[in-house]
Amino acid sequence: MTSNPAQSTQINRCCDNAFTLGPLQTGPACCDPEPVIQVKNLSLQYGTKTALENVTLDIYRGCITALIGPSGCGKTSFLSALNRLIDLIPGCKVQGRILIDGNDIYDAACDVQALRRQIGMVFQKPVPFPLSIRRNIALPLHEHGIKQRAEVEAIIEQVLRDVGLWHEVCDRLDTAAHSLSGGQQQRLCIARALALSPQILLMDEPCSALDPIASGVVEDLISRLRGRYTIVIVTHNLAQARRIANYAAVFWVKERAGELVEFGQCQHIFETPAHELTASYINGIRG
Amino acid sequence: MNKWLLYRDSLVQWLIYLAVLAVSTVFVWILIDLVRGGVSHLSWDFLTESPRDAGRSGGIGSILISTLWILMVALIAALPLAWTTAVLLAEFVPAASRFGIAIRFSLQVLAGVPSIVFGLFGNAFFSIYLGMGFSILSGGLTLACMLLPILVSTAEAGLRAVPQSYRLSTAALGMSQTAALVHLLLPAAAPALAAGLLLGIGRAIAETAALIFTSGYVDRTPGSLLDSGRSLALHIYDLSMNVPGGDQPAYASALVLVALLLCINILAMKLSYDLQRRRIIL
Ligand SMILES: Nc1ncnc2c1ncn2[C@@H]1O[C@H](COP(=O)(O)OP(=O)(O)OP(=O)(O)O)[C@@H](O)[C@H]1O
Ligand SMILES: [Mg+2]
Repeated sequence: MTSNPAQSTQINRCCDNAFTLGPLQTGPACCDPEPVIQVKNLSLQYGTKTALENVTLDIYRGCITALIGPSGCGKTSFLSALNRLIDLIPGCKVQGRILIDGNDIYDAACDVQALRRQIGMVFQKPVPFPLSIRRNIALPLHEHGIKQRAEVEAIIEQVLRDVGLWHEVCDRLDTAAHSLSGGQQQRLCIARALALSPQILLMDEPCSALDPIASGVVEDLISRLRGRYTIVIVTHNLAQARRIANYAAVFWVKERAGELVEFGQCQHIFETPAHELTASYINGIRG
Repeated sequence: MNKWLLYRDSLVQWLIYLAVLAVSTVFVWILIDLVRGGVSHLSWDFLTESPRDAGRSGGIGSILISTLWILMVALIAALPLAWTTAVLLAEFVPAASRFGIAIRFSLQVLAGVPSIVFGLFGNAFFSIYLGMGFSILSGGLTLACMLLPILVSTAEAGLRAVPQSYRLSTAALGMSQTAALVHLLLPAAAPALAAGLLLGIGRAIAETAALIFTSGYVDRTPGSLLDSGRSLALHIYDLSMNVPGGDQPAYASALVLVALLLCINILAMKLSYDLQRRRIIL
């Protein structure tokens, strides 16, 4: 799973010393096949419309799991179920169980805010808040009780370096985040999620709004996060999924509801797909 | 065929210009009329002195003070209530729920009630039932009831216009709904809140009918909230309807009122423009 060398040199040229993620101090080795998230018979409805039907899936610690499949098959809904973001959508119901570290997150006793702090999420469209770059990262930190100025500043610098944005913005941290380019905004959003040091990172097509270079930067970043975070990424870019993911899950719409058709190691999915839908999807996109 | 399309476009354009012209003409006409009738009577003394001889001479000093007091009472009573209701409707109650629909419906009805009816209600409830008599308090509270629908609906619309992605993002970052409101949603809706506030102030200082039976006619400077006080719009009404020879001061007072309203509107526009341009870095 090495990233494309041509792309890496390009990235290194455009922002020198971009990445500072050091070696792993803690955590298990990359791709320990130990499930962190266990999804059991998950069904999800919007009102009367079923978006997901009976999905069972394990997500392994430290690995990158790619969710692929055609538009509208419920990938975003699946991600939003993992951090209970669907609670915000009126009329959305789930059945089945999702266990994170063995605890059912739809249990009444579950502390949703603590859960979401543990699970970072990056949306398809970058959502910088209408605040300064610094405040964008500091605000959630303050909310979680990290208020010491020096500590906050250190975290801001650390995460901005992690996403390769530090050199681009270090002299204008107090300008509006909206003045950043789309790619920079998306990296800021990733940095904001990383600042809370989550255990799991959910990414919903993080590169879809980006140009190839910015997309390469983000992709490289995601690869570097492997092992330190458990990452679930939705992508329509199959080449990208193939480059960065360890596991892949293929979703499909059957009888108006999204279903999981195949889950396995990325290599197997791409080279020896077991399901004909997977094969045709992969080949179809390849053209 | 193509030529006709071209003509049609310019025809529509001309019609729009014509409509705009008609509207502005009415406004300018009123303004010219007011200035011609009132500017000679206007002076610093007119703005500061109390009215004498039923307003035929003297000024409008005490009237301005009463107006301000009534406005203050109305805003202090209405704003917290209206904005919390708006937050409730926009953030906590699903738009399609029965409760939300019921509140919205009653506010719409309230918005359509003629102000004289508010006046009668205020008289019966605040002045008589609660024993406030003809007073600034009674008038201010009546105005507050009248302002509620405007303040609630502008604030709710402002909050609803804030992108849903902010709510999802803050929630995904584990922030509480209160934190999201305080730090992001309310600041982002601030231009709308300000615009609604100024709209409300405009409505309030131009109000006559709701105040006749509540804050009363007395044109002395009020000593407390329980004194009666005459508002500017009511003063104009009284001068022009009940006081022979009151035309000149009526014109001058109307000029002051319109000038106030203009200032408030310009302020509203500037405020929302500034806030938008700054993109609310708070
Ligand atoms: N808020 C909502 N209310 C009602 N239906 C919804 C809502 N969000 C999604 N859906 C429906 O649920 C289904 C799955 O949507 P979802 O957004 O999860 O698809 P997706 O796989 O992420 O698609 P894409 O690749 O285009 O992002 C779709 O049929 C969609 O119409
Ligand atoms: Mg999606």
